Parts: sequence; structure tokens; C-alpha cells
Amino acid sequence: MSNINHHLNDALLMGYATANLPEAFSLVVATHISLCDDCRARLESFEALGGALLDEEVADLTDDALDATFALIDDGPKEPIKVTQPAKDAVFPSPLRDYVGGDLSAVQWRTIPGGVKQAVLETSKDATVRLLSIPAGAAMPDHGHRGTELTLVLKGAFKDEDDRFARGDIEIANEDLHHTPIAEEGEDCICLAATDAPLRFRGLIPRIAQPFFGI
Amino acid sequence: MPKDMIIRDVDEHVDLPSYGSTMRPPDTRKKKTMTNMVERSKDDWTALVRRIHIDKDRRAFASVFRHFAPRVKAFLMKSGTSEALAEECTQEVMATLWQKAHLFDPARASVSTWIYTIARNKMIDALRKQKRPEPEDLTWGPEEEPDQADVVMMQQESDRLVQAISDLPEKQKLLIERAYFGELSHSEIAEETGLPLGTIKSRIRLALDRLRHAMK
Repeated sequence: MSNINHHLNDALLMGYATANLPEAFSLVVATHISLCDDCRARLESFEALGGALLDEEVADLTDDALDATFALIDDGPKEPIKVTQPAKDAVFPSPLRDYVGGDLSAVQWRTIPGGVKQAVLETSKDATVRLLSIPAGAAMPDHGHRGTELTLVLKGAFKDEDDRFARGDIEIANEDLHHTPIAEEGEDCICLAATDAPLRFRGLIPRIAQPFFGI
Repeated sequence: MPKDMIIRDVDEHVDLPSYGSTMRPPDTRKKKTMTNMVERSKDDWTALVRRIHIDKDRRAFASVFRHFAPRVKAFLMKSGTSEALAEECTQEVMATLWQKAHLFDPARASVSTWIYTIARNKMIDALRKQKRPEPEDLTWGPEEEPDQADVVMMQQESDRLVQAISDLPEKQKLLIERAYFGELSHSEIAEETGLPLGTIKSRIRLALDRLRHAMK
């Protein structure tokens, strides 16, 4: 729990607290927060700001609003109240398991050039999110970014020119970053990666393959 | 900026019970005596939510409803929901409060904060038709009770935050409101606000640490 070195920034936490992130980014944020108490505390402080602002303004309700609400209460919850406790030994925290339909073993991988495997998860179209499995010692294809890219490590670790990222660590990249992440020796590196624009690969082969694999 | 965003209804508190933090005159804020704390913890929203959870107390719910439902509706309308939809969603938000009363952790959030998160999630659901990925819950078991001192401290920090917001220059306040109620700009909202969020964060962190410890 306490070994996380790379965290969410305030813009992302506030964006999540105010419901202003694309669903794909929200999934990465919720997954990181499930692993990181520091970011959870920071998120809840941004939510406290929302709570404090809630006090500022009122709107009139219809006369029978309270009775109508008691009627809703008497009907019982529309969906069962879900409590998602951390599962023991799971690789994926519960928000991610919801999207995958299970833990790591349930992922339907597709191999893409370079030996990397990926699985695109279904979210709203304003951004995309995928699971990546990078073989131990292998490099991710060299790519630049348009827009923002979030990469959250779930298993194994990767290194780029400057840093090491292991389970729970999140890398926040923008268009200025050109890097070459390499999975550490020893085990494959599983990441959850969200982009708000398609990745732009710089090598020729990946670029040709790009439209076909939806990278 | 729509004009109605800066209009405040000054008469709204007249019929409310006196436990809302907005009711206290500013000078009592400095005196944090034990009596003050005990009196408030007897009466506040946290205690009412607890009565909803433990006793299924409809009168407690009605008090919470009368204070918060008009605020939830205003929030939903500012976020771009039509009035009819805002009314419907507000009732659903308040019904959810009843149904989830057992999950509220007063050591980590004020009742306003908790209601804000329920309303925000309802807004995403109703307006954007999107799923909302939520972090894993770290709830107290139904039998466990948070430390009362933590609860009181959390309430005090929340009150400080409300006060800090009302002390902000109007321009900065509007910026924060825009971030929270629609009209987003990521670069603008990242600005320094000078609000005591750091202290709130430490309180929540402390509560989380205790929770982790209790779950071991």
C-alpha cells in the first residue's frame, strides 16, 4: 500500500471529483485510488470542497417532493446497494474487475506488433482505455502522445529514461514526452493505459498497423 | 457566467433548525470549547444521518431533506439538468441517502460532502448516460463506530472550509464554482486557491489509517 511513488495530480483528482473526466480516465483514477490512500485522501478533500459549495444555493422543490421521496424509499433501492471491498490476492482492484468482467485471468488479450498484448475496454468515446501486457525485458513501441496519457502499473514494473514505475504507480504523460518504456526483467508488465487521443507511434511498422489495432 | 449563479437566497435559513454551520455567527467559530463541541455533536447532520441508519427515523430524514434537497436540486440545475429532471434526480439522491445511510463514514466526510458525491454520481448517470467507475469502498462494518473525536474534528475542518470559501474574493469563488458546477476548464481549476484542503486531507488520511488498522 505504501510503496507508491508516482501519484495523480491535482487537475486529475479535481476533474474526477467534479465529474469532468472522460469515463476512460475515471477508470484509471478509480483504480489508482483503490491502491493509494494518499490520493484517496486528496480526492476526498476535493470532494469536501464540493460539499462546502453545495451550501451556497437553493432551488425550490415541488410541494409533494418529500412524500414522493418517502414513496421511493418504500419501494426499496432500484439496484442492490453494492459494497466493493478489496478482494484478497486480486491483481485488479474492483473498478477494473467490473470492466474486465473478472481478474487478470479473464482478460481477452490480442497480440499486437512487438509482442505486446492489449485488451481495449469499453467506455464512452471521448477517450480510450486498454490493458497492456508487455513481455519482461521488452520495450513498448516508441511513441509520442497527442493529449494526455495515463499509464497505471498493475503487475511487474517498467522503466523509462528517468524513472521506475511499479504496482500502483501512475505515469502522466503529455505531448512533450517522448519516451521508451521498457518492462523490467523477471515478469511481464501489466498496465492500464488511457489516452484522450490515439497514440502516435513513430516506427514505420507500428504506424501502418495502428488503424487495424485501434492503438 | 449566468447571472443567477451569483444570486444568493438570504432568507433560506429562516425555517431551518439551528444546527447548520451557516447559522453560527462568525465570532463563535474561534471558541472551540468542549461544551460547544458536545452541543453541536448532539444536534448536527451527522447525528441525524445516524438516526436514519439506526432507527429508520423519518423525522430525522425530513430535516435532512428540507435542508439538502433544495441544494441538491440547485446543484443539478447549475450542472445543466432541466428542472423536471433535477426534481426527479433530487428525490432519487435523497432516497439513496436513506438507503446508504449505513455506509456514511463521518470520520472521513461531512454530510454535505457525502451528499455532494451521491448527487454528482446521479448527475453522471442521468445526464451523461455514462458509467461511473468508483474506487473500492473502505467502509466500517455495520457494528463498528468511528472515533467520536475524529468525527468532531472532521466537522470542524468542514466548517473551516465553508468559512474559507465565503472569505474568498468573489472572482476566485466563481472560478471554483465553475469547476464544480459545469463549465469546466482544466487549466483554470488547477490554480492555487489557498483553501485549507491540506488540513482536510490530513484528517481524512488519519481516518483512513485507523480504518486500515481496524481492518487488519
